[in-house]
Amino acid sequence: MEISDKIKKRFAGRAYDWQENSNRRAYFSVKKEDIFEVAGYMFKDLGLRFSTASGTDLPEGLEILYHFSNDPKGEFYSVRVMIEDKKNPQIDSLAPIFPGAEWIEREIWEMLGIKFINHPNLKRLLLADDWPEGEYPLRKKE
Amino acid sequence: MHFEFYTTIMDLRLKALTKSIWVFHISAGSCNNCDIEILDCLTPRFDLERFGIQLVGSVRHADALLITGAMNRKSVPRMKKIYEQAPKPCVVIAVGQCALSRHMFRDSYNVCEPLDKILPVDLYIPGCPPRPEAMIDGIVKLVNKIKGVKK
Amino acid sequence: MSHKIIVPIGPYHPLQEEPEFFQLYCEGEKVVDIDIIIGYNHRGIEQLSEGKHYDQVAFLVERICGICSSSHPYAYVLAVEDLFGGEQKVVPERALYIRTIVDELQRIHSHLLWLGLAGHFIGYNTVWMWAWKYREPVLDMFEMVTGNRNNYAMFKVGGVRRDIREEDGPILKKMLDELVPALDLFRGAVMDDPVIQARLKGVGILTRQQAIDWCVVGPTARASGINIDVRRDEPYGAYNRVDWNVVVEKEGDIFAKTVARILEMYESVRIIRQCLDKIPKGEIDAQLRDVPAGEGIGRVEAPRGECFHYIKSDGTNRPVRHKIRAPSFMNVASNKVGAVGGSISDATITLAAVDPCYCCTERVAVINKADNQKVMNGWDLIKLSQEKTEKLKKELKA
Repeated sequence: MEISDKIKKRFAGRAYDWQENSNRRAYFSVKKEDIFEVAGYMFKDLGLRFSTASGTDLPEGLEILYHFSNDPKGEFYSVRVMIEDKKNPQIDSLAPIFPGAEWIEREIWEMLGIKFINHPNLKRLLLADDWPEGEYPLRKKE
Repeated sequence: MHFEFYTTIMDLRLKALTKSIWVFHISAGSCNNCDIEILDCLTPRFDLERFGIQLVGSVRHADALLITGAMNRKSVPRMKKIYEQAPKPCVVIAVGQCALSRHMFRDSYNVCEPLDKILPVDLYIPGCPPRPEAMIDGIVKLVNKIKGVKK
Repeated sequence: MSHKIIVPIGPYHPLQEEPEFFQLYCEGEKVVDIDIIIGYNHRGIEQLSEGKHYDQVAFLVERICGICSSSHPYAYVLAVEDLFGGEQKVVPERALYIRTIVDELQRIHSHLLWLGLAGHFIGYNTVWMWAWKYREPVLDMFEMVTGNRNNYAMFKVGGVRRDIREEDGPILKKMLDELVPALDLFRGAVMDDPVIQARLKGVGILTRQQAIDWCVVGPTARASGINIDVRRDEPYGAYNRVDWNVVVEKEGDIFAKTVARILEMYESVRIIRQCLDKIPKGEIDAQLRDVPAGEGIGRVEAPRGECFHYIKSDGTNRPVRHKIRAPSFMNVASNKVGAVGGSISDATITLAAVDPCYCCTERVAVINKADNQKVMNGWDLIKLSQEKTEKLKKELKA
């Protein structure tokens, strides 16, 4: 896919573990330090639309998948980031690039406890105010 | 003696209710299906107005509360406050499976106890969502029950 | 007809401190800031999914939103079928057409519902009653095809659960023929009315760049000139087997959003008619078993925009992770730029124009920025909006 080739060229070595099982879906991984630059390139330079982001609690760490859509071709690109430190997980916020990420990052924060650095308004979105601090509903129970 | 006098007053007031019931709708975390079907009852096909039933915008005027939803943690305190503000006697009607028993959300981390453990419920209308005909049937049954209290 | 009926809008209590869904901070007549608080419907569905097996999850996701009752199960089964190689490969042809018919009927019913509420907010209660009156035959069509007015339970992994009978085809077509004059009525009533034009044109504008930055979807995006539609971009169901157009408007104001939705209903009728003509005979269920491990993504174009589901599977019969993103999640957040700068009499219709769930627009409050005192609630705002229309009517008659 054309967009994949552009990303592979621009971020050679930094975008790895490519999974392209169909002609409309591509998954690849980047390190969490690179996500701000990669997301900025995909949104501004390649003109992709940010669809959403999903976080999962896996044994090896907290994984965030950022989903971008190439609407003219109907293709979907999902960027995988793994945060190994579960005690104090942090990552750069994408809200400075596009405000559409604000609510999604707030939701991931309150469900999984990942702190988004430079987020303009990181407060509770869905949970009640009396929900106990430090308890994250989507973390797996030990 | 005192207790009988009080009950009689309540009976008379409840009887007066059955002439024209003003209802106030509260959603305690619903998917909106029940809420839309309640509004549907006002449309020309079902036309609840001909029974004298009206939806009001302020709980101060309400004779009955229509409660939908699965008792979401954020919504329940608001629902309790509204119930306190409603002038008594006030009939509480649980509309839809979620209000009856929390339906398939009963194991969720964000859902509280069922409605009838929080407020006294007078009428249960099951369904997901209950059809307008079922709601009208339920309300008619309630009205008849109130009227038949002084048998 | 005169109407005393009002859509119930939260309790009015001058000393109430509770958070509202939309807190509009005003200076005089102007809205200067907006705080949006949600979470009153959060029922933890993503976590409940992890404890149920794949067949049960389809029933669970139906109840995410009652108005888009077929979009969420459709996106969910597409995500699971993605694990098998994709819907177009595994699902039988007949099932694809049935899915499309249900999806488009839902679009018509949802847009009519929105039209009624929008009419009520600007004071045209006749529009409300008529839109919902003509919604009833659409619900009858649903009952004929799926067995229920709402919560259709039609989608299962690998196909659909019920078939359309031969004799239903002509009856459905006849009901659609009767629906089109009603749509013409609404088009004339809304698009040619000078008062409605004065009320809605130039109000609540979301520019193209704002729409891109806030990542909005659906008619909200298409009314701002962004040409996206999942049915055309990544075709599912039978959408690439029938002729239809994507409706795009450029102005980005509420009038553009209204026009976009009305014209979309005509396209939906077109799609359903073609599906009823072309639907082949055959199986409706691929009898899929044993969901393979992997990650699947499913997206559909709900009446409000792109509905997204993601499933992570490990080969067992329960999902490891189920991520749901409803379209209103993106659209409602954009009110931060859409409603700010307008007047409070336009607030309700601006907030309603992105078509959030009905419950959300129930609770609105206006707060005076200078002294943080609540000055009016949602009921007052609707009345204010209706009074503005009356004023405009008198001015335009003069």
